[in-house]
Amino acid sequence: MISSHDSLRLFLAAADNDDKVRVDGEPRAALEADVVRCCLSRKKEQCSFVDHRDVRLVYRQYAALYIVVGVTDTENELSIYELIHNFVEVLDKYFSRVSELDIMFNLERVHVILDEMIQNGHVVETNKSRVLAPLHALTKMADAS
Amino acid sequence: MPAVSKGDGMRGLAVFISDIRNCKSKEAEIKRINKELANIRSKFKGDKALDGYSKKKYVCKLLFIFLLGHDIDFGHMEAVNLLSSNKYTEKQIGYLFISVLVNSNSDLIRLINNGIKNDLNSRNPTFMNLALHCIANVGSREMAEAFASDIPRILVAGDTMDSVKQSAALCLLRLNRTSPDLVPMGEWTARVVHLLNDQHLGVVTAATSLITTLAQKSPDDFKTSVALSVARLSRIVTSASIDLQDYTYYFVAAPWLSVKLLRLLQCYPPPEDASLRSRLTECLETILNKAQEPPKSKKVQHSNAKNAVLFEAISLIIHHDSEPTLLVRACNQLGQFLQHRETNLRYLALESMCMLASSEFSHEAVKTHMETVINALKTERDVSVRQRAVDLLYAMCDRSNAKQIVAEMLTYLENADYSIREEIVLKVAILAEKYAVDYTWYVDTILNLIRIAGDYVSEEVWYRVIQIVINRDDVQGYAAKTVFEALQAPACHENLVKVGGYILGEFGNLIAGDSRSSPLVQFNLLHSKFHLCSVPTRALLLSAYIKFINLFPEVKITIQDVLRSDSQLRNADVELQQRAVEYLRLSCIASTDILATVLEEMPPFPERESSILAKLKKKKGRGNLPVIDDTRRNVNGNVEHAEKTEAPNQVSTPSFTDLLNLNSAPGPGGNLLVDVFSDNAALSSTDVCEENFSRFVCKNNGVIFENQLLQIGLKSEYRQNLGRMYVFYGNKTSTQFLSFTSSLSVLDSFSPQLNMHVKTVDPVIEGGAQVQQILNMECVSDFTEAPVLKVQFRYGGMLQNLAVKLPVMLNKFFQPTEMTSQDFFQRWKQLGAPEQEVQKIFKAKLPMDTEVTKAKIIGFGVALLDRVDPNPENFVGAGVIHTKSIQVGCLLRLEPNAQAQMYRLTLRTSRESVSRRLCDLLSEQF
Repeated sequence: MISSHDSLRLFLAAADNDDKVRVDGEPRAALEADVVRCCLSRKKEQCSFVDHRDVRLVYRQYAALYIVVGVTDTENELSIYELIHNFVEVLDKYFSRVSELDIMFNLERVHVILDEMIQNGHVVETNKSRVLAPLHALTKMADAS
Repeated sequence: MPAVSKGDGMRGLAVFISDIRNCKSKEAEIKRINKELANIRSKFKGDKALDGYSKKKYVCKLLFIFLLGHDIDFGHMEAVNLLSSNKYTEKQIGYLFISVLVNSNSDLIRLINNGIKNDLNSRNPTFMNLALHCIANVGSREMAEAFASDIPRILVAGDTMDSVKQSAALCLLRLNRTSPDLVPMGEWTARVVHLLNDQHLGVVTAATSLITTLAQKSPDDFKTSVALSVARLSRIVTSASIDLQDYTYYFVAAPWLSVKLLRLLQCYPPPEDASLRSRLTECLETILNKAQEPPKSKKVQHSNAKNAVLFEAISLIIHHDSEPTLLVRACNQLGQFLQHRETNLRYLALESMCMLASSEFSHEAVKTHMETVINALKTERDVSVRQRAVDLLYAMCDRSNAKQIVAEMLTYLENADYSIREEIVLKVAILAEKYAVDYTWYVDTILNLIRIAGDYVSEEVWYRVIQIVINRDDVQGYAAKTVFEALQAPACHENLVKVGGYILGEFGNLIAGDSRSSPLVQFNLLHSKFHLCSVPTRALLLSAYIKFINLFPEVKITIQDVLRSDSQLRNADVELQQRAVEYLRLSCIASTDILATVLEEMPPFPERESSILAKLKKKKGRGNLPVIDDTRRNVNGNVEHAEKTEAPNQVSTPSFTDLLNLNSAPGPGGNLLVDVFSDNAALSSTDVCEENFSRFVCKNNGVIFENQLLQIGLKSEYRQNLGRMYVFYGNKTSTQFLSFTSSLSVLDSFSPQLNMHVKTVDPVIEGGAQVQQILNMECVSDFTEAPVLKVQFRYGGMLQNLAVKLPVMLNKFFQPTEMTSQDFFQRWKQLGAPEQEVQKIFKAKLPMDTEVTKAKIIGFGVALLDRVDPNPENFVGAGVIHTKSIQVGCLLRLEPNAQAQMYRLTLRTSRESVSRRLCDLLSEQF
């Protein structure tokens, strides 16, 4: 996730592995900066898929927030593109009208959500209420105690 | 649902995050972070035991700092401690930190494994999930060893919760990838495949990922998954979306699962079972049909999800490549997308169509969209889309449309983005070559390429055009004419100068008849570019000049003047200087015949894969070439890597040798020796150099010595009392000869009579290479002993020593003298003193052949005098031996006796020693 204001630069490493964002041996920061530059420099009318070194980046923009996923060329680009949207909708449901700040201050929860949806770079769950089940369980536990 | 408050429960963290956000500069941010890191460090080191909440808070801060892009090198232990907490939130932060920050080689793995083991056995699904996620994320070998047996059990157990099954499936996938030897699937296979039938679509989704990965490794074991996936897909595709409410996304039924199932099917060929096959075809048709139906929602999410499935279905259709109707339908569908207003769709349609183009069933259908694609090239605003359009044009090109496509690509090239120019150049070059019926078109196209985008024309491209021109004599004249015209432009690209120099050097003669392109005009034209060019191009031009000297003797003087100028002979660049010196020398000393041989037209190149194609393959696999697109379907992604590692260097090196080195220097040039020494009698090899020695009495050129390592060839010329011998040392092996020296042995007996001067040679002879050494000699007075050449070198560590007797004999300094019968006999009588005549009667060792004998006598150096001897069977000859001190007149008479197979040889000279030596030499020749 990248914000165009550059105040929020979060790399959620959970989407790793198969759709490997991290290139082995390469400094993380350099890669991030590269990807950020690559996506931010693109215009609205350009398509949402861009080849960057040996990965293809699929990105989607929500106001100032960019969500970028690196995929190998065997991946179906549109399905990833919609997966991003699905993820955002889940966040939106959980935080009720999600904002950058929600993501920023609740990183660990965002991670839980992402972990429920994607593991090892594979989609595991797309149903919103099931994705949120563990977090809701958590809230209940907190309420109970 | 209660809205979640910011930084819920962790005030310190929220404050910290706010602080960071309020930082005005990067420096301030780093300062704040360092302060926090110091604080956390002191807390962790402090005496006071931290409670779970504080640990969680600090670990979470570290995590946040890491995600901001800073490196974290402590806190791991505290995170591991959190695993044993009973509070979900604490446990979760611990696992999160480990997943993100612990690499698989960490020392902590054993401790982490402990925590995981407890959670897996806890029967609390939430805890189990956390543990499984962690294994899947870290995936180390030690973890695999610890849990490889548990996970399949959890996955297929009847009482496992669905969400745990999902995690277990992905976890198993990871372990299978990192340590396949530890997770033998054998006994679980059937039950894993059966998960495709699971009622819960989330489980099916996870299982499909797992099975796809496993099926790529061992397709046979998972064959049964084909039937199950078709059944599952069919139910999803044909059901009304209401059945799958939970997994419907904007009115599209389970789009992600559908995509995965379609991808799993791409691991296999079309099903053989007819009913299964028709069921699959029905599914694919339904998906294609749905694309034509009016959308159920105006939302872009709806159409995107629908099209994600559609594109995957088309991928499967292309992968099967067996149903012509489906292929053509797919093509038409993509054709519609080519004009869609969504850029993403146009992009993907172009990309998919590239693959359709390589199928024989749909190639024609793809071609019908050519105009649209060409239009995309012109109007598309996104360079990545234009690039796909270029790819597609390349893929759909065949003989019927090549001219149009190449023309369009050339037009586009004029304004193309710099980033893709080189690739377009390569593509145009390949298409032009591949589909050229008329090679004049090919030559025009390549010259256009150089004109439009000279900077992007790589070496391979111009090498290739030269290879083709050399191999096809029908186009050589045209090529010469065209480059000549192209070179007239006031500013032309250096690559054009290279091609021009090379082609005119080889084939300039074909257009020299026209006075507008006479040799001098050609030369002046080329030379006018010389000073603007880089060193390699200048070197090439120098080679072209020496070729001109051979082609056009009339410009020899002009070119020699150019070569002789200080800017050439004293050029600071070693290569240029050497070429100038060598070429100048060559043009001065070599006879026309030798020049013609050395500078002969290049022989045709062996046919092989175009180096350009190899280059394009190297450039990057994705979507560039139909060939590679096919392999893309092998999914592993290994294909591209293989391409990359194998390709570098191999491509350019051979073509470089071909084009530049062969014609570079006449001295070390490869096989020249064989051509120059067409005397085949000399080629029989033997180690006894004495025998070869006598073969050189009547001739000057040939191989004097040869063994498994080395061949020594000679070429010599004499004039009066002076001689020069070229000694060629050919390395017959593929390894270097080191410390190579060759010198004349100091046999003093001959040195006063014969002055010899030897130039030194380079101490290294490369494998397969040849070096030349020059010996100059002067005959002071008559001599008998021949000089001996000593050769020494290291081959593979062994020192090799050779001594070869050089065929420098007295008769080499003969000048033939023509005289009349009367003169001859008058002289003959004058030399009548007994010590002046030497006579030998000997048996013929070789068949008595008049012509051979005549040739030998001439080769011996004297003039063969016809109709001098009253007996026509006899041979007489006359000549003068030139030495520095005296000249010795010499008469000889050879009388064969065919019946007795005998000869009588009589030599009369003014000096006895000369007569004797000459008689000895000549008598051995018959």
